[in-house]
Amino acid sequence: MAQFKGVSRRTLLKTGAAAGAALATPVFFTRGALAQDFLNAPKGGTVTLGFNVPQTGAYADEGADELRAYKLAVKHLNGEGDGGMLSTFSSKALKGDGVLGKKVAFVTGDTQTKSDAARASARRMVEKDGALMITGGSSSGVAIAVQSYCQEAGVIFMAGLTHSNDTTGKDRRRNGFRHFFNTEQTGRALAPVLEANYGKDRKAYHLTADYTWGWSQEGSIKKYTEAIGWETAAAVRTPLGAGDFSQYIAPVLSSGADVLVLNHYGKDMVNSLTQAVSFGLRDKKVNGKDFVIVVPLYSRLMAQGAGKNVAGIFGSTNWHWSLQDEGSKAFVKSFGQEYGFPPSQAAHTCYVQTILYADAIARAESFNPCGVVGALEGYEFDGLGNGPTLYRAEDHQCFKKVLVVKGNENPTSQFDLLEVVSEVPREKVTYDASGPDFNPKDGKAELGECNAGK
Amino acid sequence: MDAVIIQILNGLDKGGAYALIALGLTLIFGTLGVVNFAHGALFMLGAFVAVSVNGLLSLESVTLDPTKLTPWGTPAEIRTKLAEEWFGTFGTTLIDYSVPVSIVVAIPVMLLIGLIMERGLIQFFYKRPHADQILVTFGLAIVLQEIVKAIFGANSISQSAPASLAGTIDVISGVAYPTWRMVYFFFSLTVIGAVIAFLQFTTFGMVVRAGMADRETVGLLGINIERRFTIVFGLAAIIAGMAGAMYTPILSPDYHLGMDFLVLSFVVVVVGGMGSIPGAVAAGFILGILQSFAAMEAVKQYFPGIDQIIIYLVAIVILLVRPRGLMGRKGVMET
Repeated sequence: MAQFKGVSRRTLLKTGAAAGAALATPVFFTRGALAQDFLNAPKGGTVTLGFNVPQTGAYADEGADELRAYKLAVKHLNGEGDGGMLSTFSSKALKGDGVLGKKVAFVTGDTQTKSDAARASARRMVEKDGALMITGGSSSGVAIAVQSYCQEAGVIFMAGLTHSNDTTGKDRRRNGFRHFFNTEQTGRALAPVLEANYGKDRKAYHLTADYTWGWSQEGSIKKYTEAIGWETAAAVRTPLGAGDFSQYIAPVLSSGADVLVLNHYGKDMVNSLTQAVSFGLRDKKVNGKDFVIVVPLYSRLMAQGAGKNVAGIFGSTNWHWSLQDEGSKAFVKSFGQEYGFPPSQAAHTCYVQTILYADAIARAESFNPCGVVGALEGYEFDGLGNGPTLYRAEDHQCFKKVLVVKGNENPTSQFDLLEVVSEVPREKVTYDASGPDFNPKDGKAELGECNAGK
Repeated sequence: MDAVIIQILNGLDKGGAYALIALGLTLIFGTLGVVNFAHGALFMLGAFVAVSVNGLLSLESVTLDPTKLTPWGTPAEIRTKLAEEWFGTFGTTLIDYSVPVSIVVAIPVMLLIGLIMERGLIQFFYKRPHADQILVTFGLAIVLQEIVKAIFGANSISQSAPASLAGTIDVISGVAYPTWRMVYFFFSLTVIGAVIAFLQFTTFGMVVRAGMADRETVGLLGINIERRFTIVFGLAAIIAGMAGAMYTPILSPDYHLGMDFLVLSFVVVVVGGMGSIPGAVAAGFILGILQSFAAMEAVKQYFPGIDQIIIYLVAIVILLVRPRGLMGRKGVMET
């Protein structure tokens, strides 16, 4: 065996090992450095989340409740309070000690229910406050604008209350995720109930909020009610936040329609429904039938604003506090004890989105947005109030059961305003993401690449 | 035909609110020469007087019922309205009629607010350019709405019309219209009539009209026109406040209500003719009716979005044809 002069085999082995270790050392450090190579990587003992909610404008009620839910979720993530849904969630990656050893902190912004203001607010939280994730909102126009910003900036967007098909349809983004249901699912869930209660021979007049959600809602309800035989008498667009809808409601009286579909939400729905009732629509008989009003997207907060006017009116909702599964009961208990009243569907979806985001970090063992995307795509979970749920990888839309509700005719308390009439199973509201309603007219929607911001 | 009648009625009740706000704006502009951008805020404050009155009349005593639990495990609350506890059925009626009752409260409250505004701020801007007046009154409007937001929150607060006036009324056979909206229309006509009669048939009104025509000469006659004009400002505040209070069952008020009406009312004043009271009233009703017709599907299908711009479109046309507005006086806001 050849021997180098003055160099023993033992020395060679030692030198080789030392050289190998020395060569490996930079990789070791680089790997660590790469793990933090994303925008707003948490430094110190906290990770900052940005809660971007409408604190003013037509959806301020929902925004206030969203913020309450976010604060509660942060408490539970940091191990304070009773833990809420952490105890019923199917994943056990979260231990109630923050996320990956860091306490959760938050900053807030006001979307004002305006896309430009919401983007500016999200930008401020990302660029100045170091927010790693943006969540919230109560308008699809806002959600789509903020989702697009988050994609460009390289942070995750966990949508709040956004119901337009477009959010996870033609405007879907790799960095954006929606737990809330959409107008397609409302149409699929609601139409059979409308048929069972009002029959096939009906003439509907739509009043529609003139922005992405309204158009999406009107399109879905028209598609599924026309499929059961209803005729659409007219579909009139109304400006968001119009306040007084009387000039749009008055023509309904002489239109020959026997159904008024209010594609409005929040303060707009409270005003339009109250005004429609004040015009005596619900006391009218048209075409030999009782005139009826339908509110496709309902919330308990809206029902509270509209008071007894909601009695007997059908609609759909993502979640309701009266559900009796363990997750819902745990959330209602935590929220009720904290604030003295039950949570709204907006509060529920925002709470769940925060928990799901934190859980994805824990499962990915990384704060990197691309790690979070990987952990959420195709994720199947349970115990968060809607039964078994799938975060579909193809479009980042959650699939779960949808509730059809009716305004309670005999409420037993100030919160007992909606009655769940049907829990439509997940498979009935699952649709094909490649359908024409979820893609641009001249192409195919793409999620694009994940962006970690650096 | 029914649709046309309903749209006209709808335009009239909406126009009633525009006319009442524009009336006050015109009074202030005609007498004090001030372009008051805080006038919408006075309408909003009046609405919140109604909200406050309802809140006070609906004060509740809360007791806990340990035998009943809420879904979150705390004892259920039993709430009793104090007015009902103390006054029985009269208390119930009082709560039911809180909006008309609030008018009685709104008159002194709005008079006081108007006088404080005029003496405390506006009077220092009489001789300043209109641009300064617009800036200071706009700033004042923002301050007032932020105060209301801080006290009442950002959300709109619904108010109910009295139960007996909450349904519909048959205007002609087969055409039903919300009773409260008809009440509002007649209320606006009454207030407008009373103000015009006050200015037309009283000595005070005569002096004010003389001051509007030639302030200097009236002053030379030894009449303290300033004090009368201060009272006119208070009167305009009362009109705006009453209009706002009575409008609450039609549109749930929030802190932004004044701004929503302000722009429209200014257009009404300009279309009617700066400083012309009959012009402001006529333009208020005309623009209200046009706005209603523009919202009809039959119109919108040919002119999409016309409902959003009709008022401004009409304003442009009228100002092109009649630069002083419908009934504008020569020399007003002209150099």
